[in-house]
Amino acid sequence: MNRTDPKIRPYRHPPEGHDPPNDAPGYRSTALRHPTQPLVIIPQTLSEITGPVYGYGRLGPMDHDLTRQHVAEPLGERIIIEGRVLDEDERPVPETLVEIWQANAGGRYAHPQDVHDAPLDPNFTGAGRVETDTEGCFRFVTIKPGAYPWKNHHNAWRPPHVHFSVFGRSFLTRLITQMYFPGDPLLRFDPIFTSIPTERARQALVSSFELDLTQPGWALGYRFDIVLRGRDATPMGL
Amino acid sequence: MLTLTPSQTVGPFVAILVPSQDRGSLVTERTSGPRIVVEGMVRDGADTPVPDALVEIWQANAAGHYRHPDDPRPSADDTFDGYGRMHTRRDGRFTFETIKPGSVTGPSGTPQAPHLVVGLYARGLLTRLLTRMYFEDEPSNGQDPILTAVPAERRTTLIATCESEGRYRLDLALQGTRETVFFDV
Ligand SMILES: [Fe+2]
Repeated sequence: MNRTDPKIRPYRHPPEGHDPPNDAPGYRSTALRHPTQPLVIIPQTLSEITGPVYGYGRLGPMDHDLTRQHVAEPLGERIIIEGRVLDEDERPVPETLVEIWQANAGGRYAHPQDVHDAPLDPNFTGAGRVETDTEGCFRFVTIKPGAYPWKNHHNAWRPPHVHFSVFGRSFLTRLITQMYFPGDPLLRFDPIFTSIPTERARQALVSSFELDLTQPGWALGYRFDIVLRGRDATPMGL
Repeated sequence: MLTLTPSQTVGPFVAILVPSQDRGSLVTERTSGPRIVVEGMVRDGADTPVPDALVEIWQANAAGHYRHPDDPRPSADDTFDGYGRMHTRRDGRFTFETIKPGSVTGPSGTPQAPHLVVGLYARGLLTRLLTRMYFEDEPSNGQDPILTAVPAERRTTLIATCESEGRYRLDLALQGTRETVFFDV
């Protein structure tokens, strides 16, 4: 069978060994949840190369600013996260939805199942969303999330991270990932971060501190660019 | 080329972003097409319901067109975007109210049987899993170019059963004898 419909411009496959394997023994929750059968390779059809590009729902004016969603400001170190959504060929991905969720400054999520013994912050929910502009740029204002313990192994701590969800132009570009902070000593002990096979791919999840994004007297600035699957230039067979 | 951003798990707290029922209904009163409900349960390798999964669906409208500029005949129906997502409930179940999609053009112009594209995320999954949901009462399933590429003995894991008029059910099994077929696309 043809790998791809001749009339559509296919999306390139991630290089072999780029994404983490779903069977990652160091991350215990994968044991009963990773598929045991090999993935079935199918051609890209109209169903996969399309995807939700409209109708994300209306964005509120404060959706991108997690420090202004309540009556008062949350506790913690105020930060700015700015970046671009691009494809592998450096083409910006305009007007696409970028969403984040995260723990508060004490490392606790505003979620009933989070039982970490750290205070909740009544002024912090920890969810935000924004649409990229015509150049693929986005900007969030939030607070730096705290590290938190988890039960994966003895003395296990997740490094501070912000969960990111991005759509792109197709169901194949859809991505959910996590952004980390530069120089974090917990990264090398984290089985979720180190499930990524290559150092090069791991570094793609580590934001960079940028003095240029930092606002004097107000907030530190971090840059986090997100790169989605690129597309072959011409339709196959045409 | 730039380095692709790798995937990471959604972890256990994605409900902060996507509460259950977030986009469980894809339709308004004005959406045209046969109304259906699709429901199911996500299960792990111990056959335990997964209460912290995120399920996404993407589909064509009743005429088989996607609301997307790359569709040669894109849907202009602003009452139906074709996208839904929801967090599983405590019992591992999900329910979408939508319309039955039409047949979509497939590879080399061969029609594809009506189907939903399904994305699945959870704690313990480091990448998204992609699958499809077909409908058992569709005679065209037998000619569908994707379904027929799947080993015959595993095809039924992709076919929702009709529970009653307009009500379909398909469970998603991460492991086990009825492990769902997941795709590399
Ligand atoms: Fe987290």
